[in-house]
Amino acid sequence: MNIIVCIKQVPDSTQVKVNPKTGTLIRAGVPSILNPYDHYALEKALDIKAKTGAKVTVLTMGPAQANAVLRLALALGADEGVLLADRALAGSDTWATSYALATAIRKIGQYDLILCGQMAIDGDTAQTGPGIAHHLGIPQITFCESIDANGNQVVVKKLIEGGHQILEADLPVLVTMTMPHDYAPKYPSFMAAHKAQDKVTLTWSAADIGADPHKIGLEGSPTRVDRIFPPPARPKGEMFTGSAVELADKFVEILKKESVIK
Amino acid sequence: MIQVASNCVGCGKCVSTCPFGALSLVNRKAVPNASCTMCGACVPVCPVKALSLPASAAEKKDLSAYKGVWVFIEISDDGKTQKVRPVGFELLSKGRELANQLGEELCAVVIGDNVPQYYAELSQYGTDKIYAVNGPEYHHYNTLAYANAMVTLIKKYSPSVVLFPSTYIGRDLSPRISSELFVGLTADCTGLSVKDGNLIQTRPAFGGNIMADIKCPDYRPQMSTVRPNVFKKVVTTPGKMAQVVTEAIAVPAQAAKVRIINTHIDEVSAMDKLDEASVVIAGGRGMKDKNGFALLEELAGELGGAVGASRAAIDLGLKPKEKQIGQSGVTVASKLYVACGISGAVQHIVGMEHSDVIIGINKDANAPIFNVCKYGFVGDAHQILPRIIEQIKKTK
Repeated sequence: MNIIVCIKQVPDSTQVKVNPKTGTLIRAGVPSILNPYDHYALEKALDIKAKTGAKVTVLTMGPAQANAVLRLALALGADEGVLLADRALAGSDTWATSYALATAIRKIGQYDLILCGQMAIDGDTAQTGPGIAHHLGIPQITFCESIDANGNQVVVKKLIEGGHQILEADLPVLVTMTMPHDYAPKYPSFMAAHKAQDKVTLTWSAADIGADPHKIGLEGSPTRVDRIFPPPARPKGEMFTGSAVELADKFVEILKKESVIK
Repeated sequence: MIQVASNCVGCGKCVSTCPFGALSLVNRKAVPNASCTMCGACVPVCPVKALSLPASAAEKKDLSAYKGVWVFIEISDDGKTQKVRPVGFELLSKGRELANQLGEELCAVVIGDNVPQYYAELSQYGTDKIYAVNGPEYHHYNTLAYANAMVTLIKKYSPSVVLFPSTYIGRDLSPRISSELFVGLTADCTGLSVKDGNLIQTRPAFGGNIMADIKCPDYRPQMSTVRPNVFKKVVTTPGKMAQVVTEAIAVPAQAAKVRIINTHIDEVSAMDKLDEASVVIAGGRGMKDKNGFALLEELAGELGGAVGASRAAIDLGLKPKEKQIGQSGVTVASKLYVACGISGAVQHIVGMEHSDVIIGINKDANAPIFNVCKYGFVGDAHQILPRIIEQIKKTK
């Protein structure tokens, strides 16, 4: 069984600060991490590997430094890593990104199961997984909490509005994973990281994968930014300062005034 | 990278606009660096039009044949009854406004089993037409079956706009369709309008405290997803019946590769339903830990409210993802909203700003949350909340 996990390097959102003047993120000096949803998807792939002996390939698209998330994945137990890096891919929106990743997956060739995080925490769109599935012409199941696989099928627990569903699917299929809210990503031991140093990662360009230049980068991206602007300003409300006791009593007084309590 | 023409005057407006810090002034000229994502945010702010994205080599297509604002209607199913998920009515109401501005018709698209039962209620929102795909094979949502039906309809009738709810189903279905049609799709819009014949899709973007207007000028249809509760439903044509167009569309064989084994709907107490709660107590990173959230639960218990959290608190694992209030979570419009230890990033604000009375408690007097509060308390929620709870108990 061959599993491909699509992963992305993202800024660590818990450490990003906002420039109060411009409202933009201060990205300089912010550490990059493996997108947590992808991290979870990778762990699930490695669980399947442990059970079935599947081969796990990780694929990412990004600048050269994105190789770091491949190295992490290899240290955690993935077998091969592929970095798709090319200036021609810059400016890709979710359409162009999913086309490029799907084209790279075709070049990798052998796959039964493709796993993705449900979304990247720096974009929150959840569009790339379904896009890849379309471009490969295979079914998808999105927002899955758990997955079990044998040689021919997967069984997943998928979130739906107000509950969940258990589904089964024939391979090949693409599954996007959500993660438990108290999920803590696993990191490799020093020894595992050291051992994985011998594993090699491949770097492919857009030309290497035979991508249609009209379907990648800016040209393959239907969406455009018309303008960016600060959130509309509003009149400030009544402000209170003082000791905790004073503030608490004022708070209760306001709840009475607003008829929340009697 | 973004292209800078020689007429750049080095005013620096683009430098402070760039969401990625990718522009700097070198010898009084704007110079992009490798962080440029070609998002184009700097292009409209340049006073001398010196900035541009590389021109597309693709031919401009004639898009004039694309007409009509469509809303994908999701049917909810709790295992016993099926009905229209209310977000469909919200999108039809917004869709009516857009259709008026474009001078086009508003259409509901409903796929399911026994769908004629929905026609009357779907017609009340100024709906001109209902496209229906009906049959027992569509009883349960299936990605490939529904995507095939939508793509077939869109190719046949060429709408200019298609709106989807940003639900588990809408977020599963819409990218599959946009991928096949090679069109843009903007997730979790908090505003929709029309400018120069284009759909302007407003949403917080690029992280940070900034909003972006997104458009897809060269592609049709223009597609967006919108979370429930973002737009208000407005009945404009009570008693009117829309024209119904029924299409027979066969389910592709590949759809059977994914099969539902069973469905489980959680029993949720009314108090726990964030989107319907009249009182919402929300906590952010400032609540620090589970003990902090225990105070919020206690206050919510006293006031008969539900507890939600900001993205920052969700990322810390203090609440499950479905309790996230904001752009990519739940949108609430409660009577009372208490934000504790929440700084007030715009992604959070857009998910709660329509609440009636908003109270903020935050140690930082300059926290942006206070800009939307009717009452702001500058202090530590950990110290204030225990006494509030104690005092409320005394009033009972």
